[in-house]
Amino acid sequence: MSRFRARVRVMPRVSILDPQGQAVSHALGELGFAGVGDVRVGRAVELLLDAGSADAARDGALKMCERLLANPVTEDYVLETVEPA
Amino acid sequence: MKVAVVRFPGSNCDADALYAAQGAGHEAGFVWHRSTDLEGADVVILPGGFCYGDYLRPGAIARFSPVMRAVAAHAAAGRPVLGICNGFQVLCEAQLLPGALARNAGLSFVCRTVTMRVESDATPFTARYKPGQTVRMPVAHGDGRYVADAATLDRLEREERVVFRYVGGNPNGAMRDIAGITNEGRNVVGLMPHPERAAEALLGSDDGAAMFALAGVPAGV
Repeated sequence: MSRFRARVRVMPRVSILDPQGQAVSHALGELGFAGVGDVRVGRAVELLLDAGSADAARDGALKMCERLLANPVTEDYVLETVEPA
Repeated sequence: MKVAVVRFPGSNCDADALYAAQGAGHEAGFVWHRSTDLEGADVVILPGGFCYGDYLRPGAIARFSPVMRAVAAHAAAGRPVLGICNGFQVLCEAQLLPGALARNAGLSFVCRTVTMRVESDATPFTARYKPGQTVRMPVAHGDGRYVADAATLDRLEREERVVFRYVGGNPNGAMRDIAGITNEGRNVVGLMPHPERAAEALLGSDDGAAMFALAGVPAGV
């Protein structure tokens, strides 16, 4: 068993209105930042996993995404990295 | 009728739902979310609140509570389940109802009385209403915007499974003004507004009381 750090990014699906992103975009404009277009706000999840290999850690993390970390109706997820912790 | 009101950590409309069920003449009790059975209940209510602090997403953690296996079995047996507000979010996360409840379009927490049109009387919870009738009940939520893909929405409409629709203003940006839906079997209903907070004239509206009448629900199956 080794320990791995997995990083998951969960984002609101592009077809679904993201009011948080809109509010941030608006606030950035108010602060004088020019040229800010569409902003989307998601979340990052970092997992410390004990697994036999990086592949096993990756498989486990993907299952966790499907089961709990992302809502399949409204969100998309990307498993960004799996590296030794 | 025996009614179980499920209590999750963070439920906060549980006592109101119990009171409304008792007011309709039912024997009602609480069932803790760690319970693995529903203690012989005929009808299950998942009440409003902020179970598990809405961590991750509203209802995302609660759907894995032990009691949800019993709720799913109850639903699969065709027996009545009502999810109110947070309870609706839990039912969607548990995939007992299609779609999801997303952050309100205006971002603000909306706490006011809304008007809805009853679209279907074909559920145990709406049998006492007339389709087309308008009812007033409070909403109190930050994540009440009903969303689903177009195919799911079309199917809900075609199968007459939209149960309540907002009229005269949509408080959260819900797709197609949807306030409440039912499953294929018509035995599971979820809605964002709070019928238990509109169960007596003293509360400003008793339009919600009829949802707890449960007329025609067979007992002790």
